[in-house]
Amino acid sequence: MEKRVVFRSAWLPYALVAPQLAITFVFFFWPASQALWFSFQLQDAFGMHTQFVGLQNFGNLFKDSNYLDSFRTTAVFSVLVAGIGIALSLLLAVMADRVVRGAFAYKTLLIWPYAVAAAVAGVLYAFMFAPSIGIVSYVLKGWGVSWNWAIDGTDAMILVVMAAVWNQISYNFLFFLAGLQSIPRSLIEAAAIDGAGPGRRFWTIIFPLLSPTAFFLLVVNVVYAFFGTFGIIDATTQGGPATSTQILVYKVYHDGVKAADLGGSSAQSVILMAIVIALTVVQFRYIERKVNY
Amino acid sequence: MAGVSLRNVLKSYGELQVIHGVSMEIADGEFIVILGPSGCGKSTLLRMVAGLEVISGGEIAIGDRVVNNLEPKDRDIAMVFQNYALYPHMSVYDNMAYGLRIRGLPKSEIDARVQKAAGILELGQYLERKPRALSGGQRQRVAMGRAIVREPQVFLFDEPLSNLDAKLRVQMRGELQSLHRRLGTTSLFVTHDQVEAMTLAQRMIVMNAGRAEQIGAPLEVYAKPATTFVASFIGSPPMNLIPKDGKLLGVRPEHMEPCAASEAMLTIEVDLIEPLGADILVYGHIGDGESARVAARLHASAPAQAGKLPVRYAPQHVHWFDPATGKRIGP
Repeated sequence: MEKRVVFRSAWLPYALVAPQLAITFVFFFWPASQALWFSFQLQDAFGMHTQFVGLQNFGNLFKDSNYLDSFRTTAVFSVLVAGIGIALSLLLAVMADRVVRGAFAYKTLLIWPYAVAAAVAGVLYAFMFAPSIGIVSYVLKGWGVSWNWAIDGTDAMILVVMAAVWNQISYNFLFFLAGLQSIPRSLIEAAAIDGAGPGRRFWTIIFPLLSPTAFFLLVVNVVYAFFGTFGIIDATTQGGPATSTQILVYKVYHDGVKAADLGGSSAQSVILMAIVIALTVVQFRYIERKVNY
Repeated sequence: MAGVSLRNVLKSYGELQVIHGVSMEIADGEFIVILGPSGCGKSTLLRMVAGLEVISGGEIAIGDRVVNNLEPKDRDIAMVFQNYALYPHMSVYDNMAYGLRIRGLPKSEIDARVQKAAGILELGQYLERKPRALSGGQRQRVAMGRAIVREPQVFLFDEPLSNLDAKLRVQMRGELQSLHRRLGTTSLFVTHDQVEAMTLAQRMIVMNAGRAEQIGAPLEVYAKPATTFVASFIGSPPMNLIPKDGKLLGVRPEHMEPCAASEAMLTIEVDLIEPLGADILVYGHIGDGESARVAARLHASAPAQAGKLPVRYAPQHVHWFDPATGKRIGP
């Protein structure tokens, strides 16, 4: 039953939502519209002259091979982060769900990484894997593995993916664990009596029942990889070496703040906005239809 | 098909023992009801037969195969769960075919079996639906269909009717009986409802606190309860147990009849009357200062009113129990 509160005059409900609206407007709509406005303009590096150029910034972007490279980098990065993150956290959740003794300790420990801010996680990984002083690099060197993210693009990508996955795994884990625990035990028992072994039970019963959760997490993780990993990248590779870990959101920052190309940077952020809006629409559409059995 | 043997079956969770040695030989094709209050271990016993609980001691054999260490899938049993446990993402057809596909039956055979079961259970028009689009009774039928198609040695039912409303429960009870007549598969049926037990069972086990208090045909259990627990668990209202001469006298409420004060065997101080139409239930305590509560079921024409009610009972309807052990001592 929906409860509706009836106000006698109109101003009170507006006044009550006004703070939220104000915050939304000042911190979301206004910057977004600024970005949209700047994306149509060309500005010199010192902000002295501004010129309206229409869609020229966008046109330049899609002719720019750096930008297209960044797109590809982002695609690789987000597929890896979402894929590995979801697979790993599903595995951990399935394991944690089977643990009886000390389950609380396991679960608490698995949730901890989420309490670490992205930038701090980045710094942690940068130190652990630092080519000259990092403990992990030292061990790897002992095994004869030459691994240096400061000069090798692939190594750098591996580093940021690891840090991003590690930071996000708790979130995915919590959702998967809740999903697993909401599957009635008798379903698994019925499948066992029907003759399905553990693997078959997982793929034919458990996984299909978790698929709404998995899809939700897929969207959340892609959004996370697109935007939430800025801190990790900035604290470790800063997009380098060269541009091998320069994902779209980092390029927006780099072009706008460091290269002072306000128009191009704004055009990029408008494209990012469109992507995130599309992802959100997909998610809401799907969840409305498919979330409950 | 096969019989089931329970040989001194024990179950304990660590220190806590929940089943204290249950033994029973179940013949091929028999319908056995395991009856008891919640927490008596009846579902645990069934789940041990299914292989969902480890057997802590004793032996369970299906046919002449001891199944103690077999996986559920290797025991050739099918189980119907209280909440039906239908796979929510599969159609009714796929729910029933799941176990057959895993066993690698040819497609035509699977289809024949599912169609046959759907025919028996009148599910033909629902085969493409998902479980959520079915009513409670239909879901129940799908759960039974999933058991039937497997053509197992033994059916296990874990309170399958308790989620249905009263009317549907009566209907499904009838369908279960005719299904058993038709298939003749050995069945173990767990319930806490004595009416289900009395109507469905060929023999029943009455369990209390992990022990089998009595094993026997329903009417035999009703007529000769082995313990005070069985006497008071079966029958509604339960058997009156009145302390007398250091023993417990048991008389069922329906065996009490009003009489003249001069030939009264008991005088009930009536304080509650429930007219049910066909008969009247009167409740009270015994006149001579003792506090034992008693109930009597009287014919609708009987004069029921608060106050003293002299009653008598025929000697063949008397049961005697030992108050210390609760065991029957005669006749």
